[in-house]
Amino acid sequence: MKVLVFAEQRNGEFRKAAVEALCEGRRLADGELIAVVIGKGAADLGGQLGAYGADKILAFDHDLLELYSTEGFTACLQKAAETVSPDAILMAATAMGRDLAPRLGARLDVPVLADVTKLSFTDGNIEAVRPVYAGKLNVTVRSKKSPGIATTRPKAFLPTEPDGSKTAEVVAMDAAVGDLKARVKQVQSEAEGMIELTEADFIVSGGRGMKSAENFKIIEDLAKVLGGAVGASRAAVDSDWRGHGDQVGQTGKVVAPTLYIAAGISGAIQHLAGMTSSKVIVAINKDADAPIFKIADYGIVGDAMEVLPVLTEAIKAVK
Amino acid sequence: MNILVCVKHVPDTETAVKIGSDGKSISTQDVNFILNPYDEYAVEEALKIKEDKGGEVTLITLGPEEAKKTLRTGLAMGADKAIHLPCDAPPDSLSIANALAEVIKDIEYDLIFCGKQAMDNDNAQVPIMLAEKLGLPNVSAITKLELEDGTAVAHREFEGGVEVVETSLPAVISAHKGLNEPRYASLKGIMMAKKKPIEDKPCDCGDAAIEIVDVTYPQQRAGGKIVGEGTEAVPELVKLLQEEAKVI
Repeated sequence: MKVLVFAEQRNGEFRKAAVEALCEGRRLADGELIAVVIGKGAADLGGQLGAYGADKILAFDHDLLELYSTEGFTACLQKAAETVSPDAILMAATAMGRDLAPRLGARLDVPVLADVTKLSFTDGNIEAVRPVYAGKLNVTVRSKKSPGIATTRPKAFLPTEPDGSKTAEVVAMDAAVGDLKARVKQVQSEAEGMIELTEADFIVSGGRGMKSAENFKIIEDLAKVLGGAVGASRAAVDSDWRGHGDQVGQTGKVVAPTLYIAAGISGAIQHLAGMTSSKVIVAINKDADAPIFKIADYGIVGDAMEVLPVLTEAIKAVK
Repeated sequence: MNILVCVKHVPDTETAVKIGSDGKSISTQDVNFILNPYDEYAVEEALKIKEDKGGEVTLITLGPEEAKKTLRTGLAMGADKAIHLPCDAPPDSLSIANALAEVIKDIEYDLIFCGKQAMDNDNAQVPIMLAEKLGLPNVSAITKLELEDGTAVAHREFEGGVEVVETSLPAVISAHKGLNEPRYASLKGIMMAKKKPIEDKPCDCGDAAIEIVDVTYPQQRAGGKIVGEGTEAVPELVKLLQEEAKVI
């Protein structure tokens, strides 16, 4: 089986989730593993992917491809798919991948298995497990058409250690990226050092119990000490204490960090669905009967506003 | 400006979904279905544009007969009319997009809105696949929109920032939370919705492109332990996180 993986990069840096997709591609492919790199300097960048097991890199470098565009990137991947005739196409289920994969699928008239957490080949077609209803259920799906496309959920697949002695052949490619109807005019980057929720190893989330936007400073302090990201429950987001980009759960993000600390969050079913795959869950809540304690590994019954600062200091001392 | 809004009839997010007797679908018994929450943002945005620029807002859904209830919800918010494409079990995104495109290609519109994803299967694919099938540009999961003459400028969040995307119109645009605050239907709106037209149009979803092998419950987490009360429990918690859980 031959697998094609789109290796997403921004500003010359491959996304962690893209490396995970590539490594899963290597496990899946008993034949050739081909990576597609799109953007400025793609050929130079692509070389390093050999270390993760890619046999060949198709590099699309074009001025119009410096910033993401659904149409431009779809044209490149269509060209790549026509060139190598893969049995499956993988990419990370990031904002870019989840926009690009459906467009490519519709172009090639094949379905996309979205945001999957497990992959295999069955009778020549890809089969995957994907969480649905924000994680309340898992569904196993199989593509009836080839090449099947799948987007891989960040952190669901483990990356392998890079092997610097392995190299890949880099092929410069050209695609007709002419007339783009939609294009990115500008990218507004967040502050340096912000950690994306879906990629964070540590998340500290606050809920209604935090009582105000200002009190999230206590959450930020702990997140900073852990080197993690700040999350929020829907109640906190709907109260305008945090931006909706921080919301964890159904209508927000589904996360799976190593450690999830829920502070002042009672644990509505929509919230639990979004964080139940975390490795270790800590809950701090005044109400000993709060549903969050039923799924938390460790709980402290108490006021998050009092407990968190003490916890921050204690963790700082042992880190 | 005439706007089409694609909507879906989905289980309420408060539902504890259960697997159906066939092992491949969910049980709909005692499940309350609602207008997909992301679609509420799409309907709201369409209504705001209509109020500003005039025109008509038409809802379209593919689903069972009961999905008309969801169409009525959108009509009560202020949409003018609706189209229902009967389909008892909507299949995969590709097949749905094909069926929608087949009907939409004969309708006149200036813009198509969708919610960024349906909160049942979480595919987030129909808007984008529909755009491709109609030969239109798409901008997915937007949190801000400004219409100019023949173009639209939208904000789209990604991991680490926001992309400002300019697109020609018509386009298929999918709405994310943050785009607006959906209005509640007024009593008058609910009364008026009953008289607004819902047209049934035949549709063909064809053969599904994805086979469902099975549906399972995720592994349940075993309940953990209460370490203690208040700040006094902190040292013990830190010790457990270090020595037992080994995460810090």
